[in-house]
Amino acid sequence: MIDREKHIGQASEPRTVEVERGFLRFFAEATGETDPVYFDDAAALAAGFRALPAPPTYLFSLNMAVPAKIGAVLDPVNGMGVDMSRILHGEQSFTYHRPICAGDRLTLVTTTRDIYAKKGGALEFVVQDTTAHDENGVLVAEMESVTVVRNG
Amino acid sequence: MAESLAVGTILPELVRGPIDRTTLALFAGASHDHVRLHIDSDYAHDAGMGDVFAHGMLSMAYLAQALRSWAPQDRIRRWNVRFTAITPLYATVRCTGEVLEEIEMDGERALRIAIAAFIDDGTQTLAGEALVAVA
Repeated sequence: MIDREKHIGQASEPRTVEVERGFLRFFAEATGETDPVYFDDAAALAAGFRALPAPPTYLFSLNMAVPAKIGAVLDPVNGMGVDMSRILHGEQSFTYHRPICAGDRLTLVTTTRDIYAKKGGALEFVVQDTTAHDENGVLVAEMESVTVVRNG
Repeated sequence: MAESLAVGTILPELVRGPIDRTTLALFAGASHDHVRLHIDSDYAHDAGMGDVFAHGMLSMAYLAQALRSWAPQDRIRRWNVRFTAITPLYATVRCTGEVLEEIEMDGERALRIAIAAFIDDGTQTLAGEALVAVA
């Protein structure tokens, strides 16, 4: 079982990540995207974006690109040390305050909000939220992830 | 979604797939999600999963494309999904939406939309809601 006392309320170290244009295109291609706004700078500008926009789920990928250590579900030293073979994605939400675009430098902090068990401990649920702030300290977007741990 | 839509409106579906091993390899690379359950068949088998299966976030990315087909991305305020079943290899993913109600939110009007994804055999894989501002 995960140590609730230790991890609930714990925040990760801040991690800074650059939103890379090439990776945005790769993501669009890998997801079967067809809208030129996600490939072509001119189309993005014409649609009112500053640069190629990150698609709506991309904050999750940015978070994976610069994984947290402190409090992370998989980190064996600074986090919960859960084995990768036992996790499933339970829930995911996003809240947006302004668009994320290529060239942005964002700072991410992930905080564990809750850990609870079901089925007599056979399943544990880890609720974590992640905030993304821009270089001016403005909150750009937030997400909440629920990771399911199979103990059975 | 430039204007209000009647409650009960069924939004146009978006279909992606079928998802094969190449889809998962490319998505793992593009999304920085290197969880081995999705890319290594031996690892997935040893973990009791039978074979690799699709990232939940791949289906959520497809659902995001459906959302954007209904409204410009900058009108999406917040949305959430629960992953209710695993999406297996070779699945085709069908993304759906239905307008539930129009609400007032933070000084603007927004539509609350039920969103979902289903695979070929009718199994629901994602269930959630989106709040999309009306121009």
